[in-house]
Amino acid sequence: MDLDNSGYSAHISQNFNEDLQKLKSEILEMGGLVEKQVANAVEALTEGDTALADRVRELEFEVNEFEIKLDEECTRILALRQPAASDLRMVISVSKTITDLERIGDESNKIAKLAIALVDEGGAPRGLVQTRHIGNLVRVMVQQALNAFARFDVHEAVQVVQEDKSVDLEYESAMRQLVTYMMEDPRSISRVLKVVWALRALERIGDHAMNIAEQLIYVVKGKDIRHRKLDQIKAQVLDTD
Amino acid sequence: MNIKFKQLSSEALDHGTEPKNLIRGIDISNLRSSQDLSLEDESVSMVVKDLSLYYSNKQALKGISLKIPKKRVTAFIGPSGCGKSTLLRCFNRMNDLVDNCRVEGEILRDGVNVNSKSIDVTQLRRKVGMVFQKPNPFPKTIYENVAYGLRIQGMKKRRVIDEKVEWALKGAALWDEVKDRLHESALGLSGGQQQRLVIARTIAVEPEVLLLDEPASALDPISTLKIEELINRLKDRFTIVIVTHNMQQAARVSDYTAFMYLGELIEFGNTNTIFTNPSKKQTEDYITGRYG
Repeated sequence: MDLDNSGYSAHISQNFNEDLQKLKSEILEMGGLVEKQVANAVEALTEGDTALADRVRELEFEVNEFEIKLDEECTRILALRQPAASDLRMVISVSKTITDLERIGDESNKIAKLAIALVDEGGAPRGLVQTRHIGNLVRVMVQQALNAFARFDVHEAVQVVQEDKSVDLEYESAMRQLVTYMMEDPRSISRVLKVVWALRALERIGDHAMNIAEQLIYVVKGKDIRHRKLDQIKAQVLDTD
Repeated sequence: MNIKFKQLSSEALDHGTEPKNLIRGIDISNLRSSQDLSLEDESVSMVVKDLSLYYSNKQALKGISLKIPKKRVTAFIGPSGCGKSTLLRCFNRMNDLVDNCRVEGEILRDGVNVNSKSIDVTQLRRKVGMVFQKPNPFPKTIYENVAYGLRIQGMKKRRVIDEKVEWALKGAALWDEVKDRLHESALGLSGGQQQRLVIARTIAVEPEVLLLDEPASALDPISTLKIEELINRLKDRFTIVIVTHNMQQAARVSDYTAFMYLGELIEFGNTNTIFTNPSKKQTEDYITGRYG
């Protein structure tokens, strides 16, 4: 049974309606913060803007607060309401999505720290183009994953899963270029490594965005499509509409 | 908790190339349990074929067809008045006792139609035992309550009856609580104990099928859990069909769940599927507590 967006107003228990609606709007709010963190972290790194990097790190506290609060909310709903079917899937998925969002926040924080360190060491010698490119891809992925969650849009979620593959490819090719550069100019290794780490963090953010999209597909379709091939996912999820 | 999650995700895991019960070399067969039960694989205890039932002119069951799997727990859920108790009562013809009640269609047990005139109803009810919502022990001693059915069956030897009573009371998880007061009145027992006594009375005559009509709805939570635990233990020996208003209970105790609405069977399938991802909107709305 597919879930549509109108589902949280029809429970006999008005409180339960409110609980689920609140859960959904709060996770989107948390997602908004995290999305901002990613965008700012990428810009801080590519522009060498330490003030922006500081702001990313400040947001981290708010995101952590959200994580604790939402987790508590999920536990409370499970204990008091014993949700079933799509409601159960929603609560379980939100609980997992919280973790992914918090990790995205952590990774952004990591990038912000690297940005500050790089400015101190005189800027990144190479890799900023790639960072900007991959950073953009990943930021859009996070945004799309959250949009998919907001609209219960399975198609958009599948796009996010698809996008993760291209991020992985871009990441590998950027790695190759940077390794070559480090071999040519060993003096720059310590600084280039920081860019490598930032790219690695971005690639992880892409993975987390994909996890969120997969959770959304589970919420809507009731199908667990983790660790499947893309064509399998498409066949399972899109053809049954 | 951990195991529960593994169960839920085990379906996802078996799509790889690895053999069905091995994930990265670890045997997960014990984690799959009821998750993977499928109606097609079950041997059948009773077959309901296009069953309709009328109370005077009012149709209470509308062309129900389903198979009750053997030695499994099948739960009927649905809102009040949807016909689930009526259906349950068809299995041992309790509806015969209702005036103006007319049944069409068949219920086959071992290939024989339960509704046919030639069936000996007493014999049928011995094979298909029933427990009701309110415990109804006889106003006799605990011992006599259980021994009653055995005596009617013609069992006379004191020693044999003693053994059988003990076996039934142990089976119903009541023995330890009553073994020192077997000859006191059954009416002195608590509600939960009385209900387990009634179950002991039912299983003493070793039926094939146990029909439970809201067996725990008049009981406190602890007694309810004991009854549920009991159902779990009894399913190795009996085919159990349970009607319950409590959906969490259906989810906990049953292997298969049938959702009924306004006299029709809406959805019937693996309990895990029904409670995590039902295929019909009406089922979804009912189990998630939305308006139908």
